[in-house]
Amino acid sequence: MSFISLLWVLLLGSLLGLELIGKVPPTLHTPLMSGANAISGITMLAALTLIVKAEGNVPLLIIGSVSLGFALFNVVGGFFVTDRMLAMFSRKPSNKK
Amino acid sequence: MNLPVIIKFVIDLLAVLLLALGIKGLSKVKSARDANRLAAFAMSLSVVGLLAYYLGTSGIAIQSWIWIIIGSIIGSLFGAILAKKVPMTSMPETVALFNGCGGMSSLLVALGVAIFPISNSVENLDFFKSLINDVSISVSIFVGAITFTGSIVAMAKLQGWLSTPGWTQSKVRHFVNIVFAVASLIAFFDLINGNTSSIWLLVIVSSLLGIGVTLPIGGADMPVVISLLNSYSGIAAAAAGFVVDSQLLIVAGAMVGAAGLILTQVMCKGMNRSLVSVLFGGSLSAQSTASSGSGEYTNITSCSVEECALTLEAANKVIIVPGYGLAVAQAQHTLREVTKKLEQNGIEVVYAIHPVAGRMPGHMNVLLAEADVPYEQLKEMDVVNPDFPATDVVLVLGANDVVNPQAKNDSSSPLYGMPVLDVQEARTVFVIKRGMSAGYSGIKNDLFDLPNTSMVFGDAKKVLNDLIGELKDLGVGEK
Repeated sequence: MSFISLLWVLLLGSLLGLELIGKVPPTLHTPLMSGANAISGITMLAALTLIVKAEGNVPLLIIGSVSLGFALFNVVGGFFVTDRMLAMFSRKPSNKK
Repeated sequence: MNLPVIIKFVIDLLAVLLLALGIKGLSKVKSARDANRLAAFAMSLSVVGLLAYYLGTSGIAIQSWIWIIIGSIIGSLFGAILAKKVPMTSMPETVALFNGCGGMSSLLVALGVAIFPISNSVENLDFFKSLINDVSISVSIFVGAITFTGSIVAMAKLQGWLSTPGWTQSKVRHFVNIVFAVASLIAFFDLINGNTSSIWLLVIVSSLLGIGVTLPIGGADMPVVISLLNSYSGIAAAAAGFVVDSQLLIVAGAMVGAAGLILTQVMCKGMNRSLVSVLFGGSLSAQSTASSGSGEYTNITSCSVEECALTLEAANKVIIVPGYGLAVAQAQHTLREVTKKLEQNGIEVVYAIHPVAGRMPGHMNVLLAEADVPYEQLKEMDVVNPDFPATDVVLVLGANDVVNPQAKNDSSSPLYGMPVLDVQEARTVFVIKRGMSAGYSGIKNDLFDLPNTSMVFGDAKKVLNDLIGELKDLGVGEK
């Protein structure tokens, strides 16, 4: 990938992010923050790449593994905790109707 | 193009689409839960795509598998356990902790690549390419370190492990932070010049900068900071994407970064604060001790639970103002029982939700939803404020700063200008509180001195339980 096309990817990704969220009810601020936070753990892919390309370099393998651990802590914890919060919202409509 | 490349391309594209739909869906109440699962699915899909790609091209060494499995299991396990165990009251701290770890991950990746250049990145690069490589490594380390230390400080402050040191409220902190910022810039240029060891300087000063920027911020501004740090962790991920040459990382990171920025702005608007004043205005808490911590309470009326019950029985309209104290006492279910009784007696009950009630926006909504309070009864501040003059009884449960009339009347108060709930305009106000201690901002609450305010001292849960008993004795809610 050339650097210029990566810059295009960055630009378009940012624009997409700006457009995705318009009006958010205050109720959802915390879950949205927590969900988006889980997605930012996507660096786990970078950590994976690092491990795969380490080619037997043990210190690098360890750094990659620790990095992967931190990222997955963020991702798994983030999604679970978001689900726990949202479960409390979604229970009600089903009770009422 | 061979097959693995095509497969990875298709999977990446699909993952980006699903992630975008996930973020979009998370901003609507109806679709939020499914959207969260969709995003989680997209993330796992992206991992499968990446692993499949390497299996199809270079292959993955056994040794790599071992380290992948170790890291994954430990990280996921701790993440899952914490997410299941943590009480709803400490949600903000938890989000901050997760967020900090995401930043740490980006930092480590960049650091690893910087110390041990991996194949295809640094070997035989022309000047332009190695410059790009250095810049993306530096950005990833800089933003990752700020995200990590900033989030950890935010968590520690919310947990009450750290208070706001006095010096951070003076102009000194701007000077200190500028020094850190300049030092990281120097380390950055030194790194580009080929001095690899300056990377450690960059790690240290950007970590310090994260602490220096977050430490002075306190009180109601904390959620905004966490949201901003969340946006940073997206930027750090995007920078890591440049380091390892991954488009998916760049898109997803940029998306989270931009969406987080918008969310931060939305939250600022809700509190009537600008982002600049949150970041550089200093915290409310430390100013107050200097300026208007003045004055003892002169006119406190305390009353018994029985009186409170009698007044409630005679009311037509009751507004409940929940706050952090309710969350701490875990009294939401007991509160729901009280309001059920009142409703059965034909009394109109509404909950007034201040945008920053609790420690995070939406905190109270989550808590009350847990106790099965109907969604329609939760009213936002702007909607409920005009209703207070026509209200007979207001029950303030563990809220303090968000009902302080100083914010409207006293221009010398540190709270001045913060939007508050106008509870004092109701006929009678009951404040259920453990003691006379001040709220999170540390400021005296003028509401407690007003003649139409009565204090009911005690733990929220216990008082509400007593209240249920008293209401029963009065025959309320038993037709």
